[in-house]
Amino acid sequence: MKFDDKVKYQESHEWARKEGDTVVVGISDYAQDSLGDVVYVELPEVGTTRKKGDPFGVVESVKAASDVYMPVAGEIVEVNKGLDDNPSTVNEDPFGAGWLIKVAPSDAGEYDGLMSAADYQEYTRGLDE
Amino acid sequence: MLKETTLHGWHMDNGAKMAEFAGWSMPIQYRPGPIEEHRLVRRSVGLFDVSHMGQLLFRGERVAAFLDSMLSNSIAALGPWQSTYALLCREDGGVLDDVFVYRLPDHWMVVVNAANTAKDAQWFRAHLPGNVAMEDRSDETAMIAVQGPHAVPLLDALTGGKVSPIDRFSAAGLSLAGVSCTVGRTGYTGEDGVEIFLPARSALEVWEAVLAQAQRQQVECGPAGLAARDSLRFEPGFPLYGHELTEEISPIQARLTWACSLDKEFVGAQALRRQVDEGVPTRLATVRLSDRGVPRQGYRVLHQGRPVGSVASGMYAPTVDAYCANVYLPAPLARTGTEVHIEIRNQAKQAVVVKRPLYTPAYR
Repeated sequence: MKFDDKVKYQESHEWARKEGDTVVVGISDYAQDSLGDVVYVELPEVGTTRKKGDPFGVVESVKAASDVYMPVAGEIVEVNKGLDDNPSTVNEDPFGAGWLIKVAPSDAGEYDGLMSAADYQEYTRGLDE
Repeated sequence: MLKETTLHGWHMDNGAKMAEFAGWSMPIQYRPGPIEEHRLVRRSVGLFDVSHMGQLLFRGERVAAFLDSMLSNSIAALGPWQSTYALLCREDGGVLDDVFVYRLPDHWMVVVNAANTAKDAQWFRAHLPGNVAMEDRSDETAMIAVQGPHAVPLLDALTGGKVSPIDRFSAAGLSLAGVSCTVGRTGYTGEDGVEIFLPARSALEVWEAVLAQAQRQQVECGPAGLAARDSLRFEPGFPLYGHELTEEISPIQARLTWACSLDKEFVGAQALRRQVDEGVPTRLATVRLSDRGVPRQGYRVLHQGRPVGSVASGMYAPTVDAYCANVYLPAPLARTGTEVHIEIRNQAKQAVVVKRPLYTPAYR
């Protein structure tokens, strides 16, 4: 299980990474592993805005459909179109090519408030017990 | 407390994700995941622990006539070691279960769905004449399915060539790894292969013997979970009880008329004959989505904007490489070419009724 320390996490298992003025968002390795084979990813329209904690899409695995939530508030500036044809990229490379959306954050402080990799790892350990 | 098969420990040691299924703790998938397990079965060999399935044994002079009076398919016509698929129906034609019947040398075996074992046993018992005895051997019997294009050659190597001479839908009594087994040339994946019935206490020996033989022969082989089993049965159009079949659905609606010998008498036959004559209100159809999205059980099906039916099962079908669903539609709409929409989270996704099956079984 990988806990990438270049990104920050929230309890609903999304990660966020600062990239210039935008925040890239995906789901953690822990999340993709517990979901299993991803077969479809529903993503929002570019240009729409959402609050922190709002659902922005759905990751569908063989087993179930799971909502994914905004780790920071802001405008969706890009979505990962490549997932349409290759949703399994979320399983294979959750922190890289399997990213979901890019957000222009409306509140810079929210990113800093997210969990570190170490804290998130500790948090998932609690879930597995 | 969930029931465990005798292979439970092996599954745990080998990375299975376990989940509750019909009161059993069963492997849903292993490390490769359901899609890769599905592909493994289509291209080589997969091993399934299906020991949760029930086995009801029948003995007695009049057993063939009794089973013929209870099950939809022609049972009395089975020769020794032959098997057939059949439905167990209520008087009104609703399906209590779908089963496999094997005629074995000194008894008959009816293989039932795990979720229905108790219900089926009760139903048979209520109809049982004095000269037929029924025994529920589900707990003592393990069941291992070995499925895929390389399954039969693999088992031939383990048995000195005794598996390939078994005809499709026939069985034989064979020794596997020193264990006496009933080996049926049957399965529910659309691939050639066998289902092995054996004493539960010996399941691990046989399971490991098959894996070891595959390794010796360098045949690609691994365990496959119930999720892969679901997509493997979905593509060739095999029904899954609780989805395509329920007590409120008849075999005629489910397109299983071929498994009903309507010229004989059995529980439900009258109702089914009437349905054939008068038509049924809804029928099963398979649709393929042209939009992206996973259609799941219960989702609404729309035709010209109006709700007309619902999804029985749906998924991303790995071999077909498309999102597909089995849906119940008003009979006039359940025809190839009908354009419908499936409502997925308030979005109407385009789909079209296609020719069944999505995948033609390799042995057909």
